Amino acid sequence: MIRAVDNGELVAGQQAAASQPREIRVRVLRQDAPGEESYWERFTLPYEPNMNVISVLQRIAALSKSHDGRHVAPVAWDCSCLEEVCGSCTMLINGRVRMACSSLVDNLFEESPGEIELRPMTKFPVVRDLCVDRSRLFRSLERVKAWVSVDDSYDHGPGPRISPEEQEDAYPLATCISCGCCMEACPQFNKIELGRREGETEEAFETRKQEAYDKQFLGPHAISQAMLFNGHPTGKMNADERMEALTGQGGIQMCGNAQNCVAVCPKRIPLTRSIARAGRAATVWAIKKFFDR
Amino acid sequence: MAQPRVLVIGGGLAGLSATMRLAELGVGVDLVSLVPVKRSHSVCAQGGINSVNASTRQQGDNEWKHFDDTVYGGDFLQHQPPVKEMADWAPRIIDLMDRLGVPFNRTPEGFRDQRRFGGTLYKRTAFAGATTGQQLLYSLDEQVRRWEVEGRVKKWEFWDFLEPVLDDDGRCIGAVCQDMVTMKFRAFPADAVILASGGCGLLYGRSTMSMICTGSAVSRAYQAGVKYANAEFIQVHPTAVPGADKLRLMSESARGEGGRVWVPRTPQDPRDPKDIPTSERYYFLEERYPQYGNLVPRDIATREIFDICTTDGLSVEQDRLCVYLDLTHIPRETLDRKLGGILEIYEKFQGVDPRDTPMKIFPAVHYSMGGLWVDYEKSASGGLAEGSPRNQQTNIPGLYAIGECDYQYHGANRLGANSLLSCIFSGLFCASGVIAGAGRGGKEHGRLFNAAVKRQEDRHQAILSRPPGESNPYDIHGKLGDVMTRAATVVRRNDQLSQAYDEVCRLEDLWRHCSLSDTGNWTNQNVVFTKSLGDMFPIAKLILKGALLRDECRGAHYKPEFAMPGIAATDPVEQRAEAEQWCDRFEANTRKWLKSTIGTHGADGHPVITYEDVDTTLIPPRPRLYGLVGGEVIEEVWKERQAEAAEPAAVGAGS
Ligand SMILES: Cc1cc2nc3c(=O)[nH]c(=O)nc-3n(C[C@H](O)[C@H](O)[C@H](O)COP(=O)(O)OP(=O)(O)OC[C@H]3O[C@@H](n4cnc5c(N)ncnc54)[C@H](O)[C@@H]3O)c2cc1C
Ligand code: SF4
Ligand code: SF4
Ligand code: FES
Repeated sequence: MIRAVDNGELVAGQQAAASQPREIRVRVLRQDAPGEESYWERFTLPYEPNMNVISVLQRIAALSKSHDGRHVAPVAWDCSCLEEVCGSCTMLINGRVRMACSSLVDNLFEESPGEIELRPMTKFPVVRDLCVDRSRLFRSLERVKAWVSVDDSYDHGPGPRISPEEQEDAYPLATCISCGCCMEACPQFNKIELGRREGETEEAFETRKQEAYDKQFLGPHAISQAMLFNGHPTGKMNADERMEALTGQGGIQMCGNAQNCVAVCPKRIPLTRSIARAGRAATVWAIKKFFDR
Repeated sequence: MAQPRVLVIGGGLAGLSATMRLAELGVGVDLVSLVPVKRSHSVCAQGGINSVNASTRQQGDNEWKHFDDTVYGGDFLQHQPPVKEMADWAPRIIDLMDRLGVPFNRTPEGFRDQRRFGGTLYKRTAFAGATTGQQLLYSLDEQVRRWEVEGRVKKWEFWDFLEPVLDDDGRCIGAVCQDMVTMKFRAFPADAVILASGGCGLLYGRSTMSMICTGSAVSRAYQAGVKYANAEFIQVHPTAVPGADKLRLMSESARGEGGRVWVPRTPQDPRDPKDIPTSERYYFLEERYPQYGNLVPRDIATREIFDICTTDGLSVEQDRLCVYLDLTHIPRETLDRKLGGILEIYEKFQGVDPRDTPMKIFPAVHYSMGGLWVDYEKSASGGLAEGSPRNQQTNIPGLYAIGECDYQYHGANRLGANSLLSCIFSGLFCASGVIAGAGRGGKEHGRLFNAAVKRQEDRHQAILSRPPGESNPYDIHGKLGDVMTRAATVVRRNDQLSQAYDEVCRLEDLWRHCSLSDTGNWTNQNVVFTKSLGDMFPIAKLILKGALLRDECRGAHYKPEFAMPGIAATDPVEQRAEAEQWCDRFEANTRKWLKSTIGTHGADGHPVITYEDVDTTLIPPRPRLYGLVGGEVIEEVWKERQAEAAEPAAVGAGS
């Protein structure tokens, strides 16, 4: 009677799409640890319908064998939500930066039938295989003070009244998942990779890294976040501090307006709109500062 | 006295709100998480967060009704004082999140908009598009980042919590964690430890949960002696979208915004759903539950969808179980504004636009009502005593649990949009008590920490150096998921449960011999996963054992053998007689089973189950009659009995 219960699945599998390849050939650019050489490894898997790149990597992990039957360590990669909202699983798939969880194999096969190429992002240091260190991305959020500076977390009644138009303007910016796609695509955002020096403490290394980050470009996501908070009725009260960061070293002036960022953002965040706004605000800010001297 | 230092495990809504409040109170916090906290599972929550609000209040709503809906929806299995306190705090919590900058949807006049969720007749749910959890999490993440810059908080992201460390008196003095990049171990001495590690959906293989929801942290606490309560109460969400890797949730908000569930009256009607006329559609929830319609509580919606597909054979498809969830009658513009986020998920992963075509959905494991046992101190007004170190404390002094990993707020079934609330509430509320109860910390206990680190290093090394075996951890995980899904979800039968228990023990044995494909000591995800898989078995056994022993139906726990069907008679006199019997049986069942299931980890690896009374002093338990045949007659009889029971007391009070 209860089919679902009897076959051990709450949900039975989906129907096979017709005329798909019988196998998936995957090529992964691997690296065992920071500073080591990278190398290509190939895997071959049986094709199943409705797979995404995450399920491909899961199959590879379970298999742990390269295409020529050698036993190899499973590929390391980051993921969590599997529904494109946590921002973990960014990688270069067939040369394009995107989220592994929302990259469906059937769609990828339209680009290159039967084959998938996976590489780690190039603008962040590789930790291992497809895992990269994106701490710089979060550091940028600190640089632009991407928060509302509330007095405290006690009850002071509701927040400010906000019109639906303002909400609809702010909400898309607030959906940034910190994936790093925009930074990967940005020609002005360059990789910073530092190694820990002999005898250097963890804290000292951390500080040196942050100093290096702070000299370089913030990245499009952080510019957009600065605009989000400068647009918020309470966030506005600290707009000057954010403008300092935006107009300081590694700020908005680095942006060459190539607009690569907006094209790759999986959440279709209007980054160029934010950048244009930030640019205008920076001009106004510069004039204001000039007269305030 | 120097300010205490607190270790928080987990940076979802619960962990972040506790961290924020503690930092604000001057306490230094070490915040440990498997992933950058901004990527925690709370980010997936879609629908919204509940509280009484100005509009509902003027329609007769109040905090007491929110409290009542929550315990009624939870089939009275939760202690009432914490729930009352939570409902009282709810409006303030939404106000706070609003101040932190959460872009809640707005009314034309600029107030927060609300939608209706299941198990209530009021529009209590505030929301930010269809990504409310994301927006709440980000706002807290931002505040915690602010404290990080101030130096009050130190984050340890990509770290795995392995065990709490206890002193000789059994007080928690810190923990051992492992860096998942360098694979190094480290002791974290602390004056108090707060677990905020979320749910355990992964032990069902595929669920609506994130890949980090392994339950490993709670299992480690349980194995170290923390009691685990109500394990058998696992919520299966009525509406999820099947996928090979994950069962993606289609939020209750889809129904809150008017989505309708139906199946063709003709089994597997091959026509395009839009060509099937209304008269040939079976809107089974609306027909069977005229009052709540598509928004009956989750356990009921889930069972109905499950039954319509299995028992009634009305699944939309021939070889896959699913029903339609239909939004196509709602204007596109409204859908985009209110549900954009979840509709995009459907579109992206299914390749079909749900604005034009009804979605195909089926229930999936979603939430764990059970969790680590925690204490509370009741106040004179029936809520909680603010600042008491007992609030949210487990049976191990100095070790606290908050958020989805505790068992406190949702009883036998959680109402939609109440979890985000309980996470933020328990996080904010526990802080003052944690500080009041903070111990001397573990600084002078080097010996104990060294021993704990050594223990973990040895366990790690033993797993790495296992000889090559037959099976790998990923296959075992798949099998565990199948066993659990088959036996311990929507419908439960004792023979299946005890069989599943044996199978889980066998799988655990297999796990002891499974071999690793990566034996290195750098970002070894293989060994981290293998350890967390090993820690799934104790919780899986708890769920099965708890379910096996509980011979009744309550909330999400449904055993057909013990169901109490409605009234069969049509003659009014017979109906009354049946209703009397029904109420007798209900009362007997309440006496026997209105108890928290308490599991402790036995020395032999099997759980030991005992029961504890539930504090129902504020709202006496009453039958849950959503849609039951003859429910009106039962209700009538029930009310008469209540009135009679109350009378002598009234006389007594008068004399
Ligand atoms: C798809 C989906 C939609 C939902 N929608 C809603 C909704 O609309 N409304 C509602 O009220 N509820 C909803 N829920 C439920 C709600 O999202 C969760 O119950 C809630 O977010 C849990 O929050 P948490 O803070 O307890 O834990 P989580 O957010 O799960 O965070 C757990 C944290 O613990 C860490 N952790 C876990 N194990 C370890 C370990 N071993 N070592 C170190 N760190 C560890 C993780 O890294 C993470 O930071 C939804 C749930 C799902 C699955
Ligand atoms: S517009 Fe600016 S931020 Fe965006 S890719 Fe171009 S240079 Fe980078
Ligand atoms: S702006 Fe877009 S691409 Fe950039 S981090 Fe945010 S979500 Fe990713
Ligand atoms: S796994 Fe979360 S975005 Fe892909």
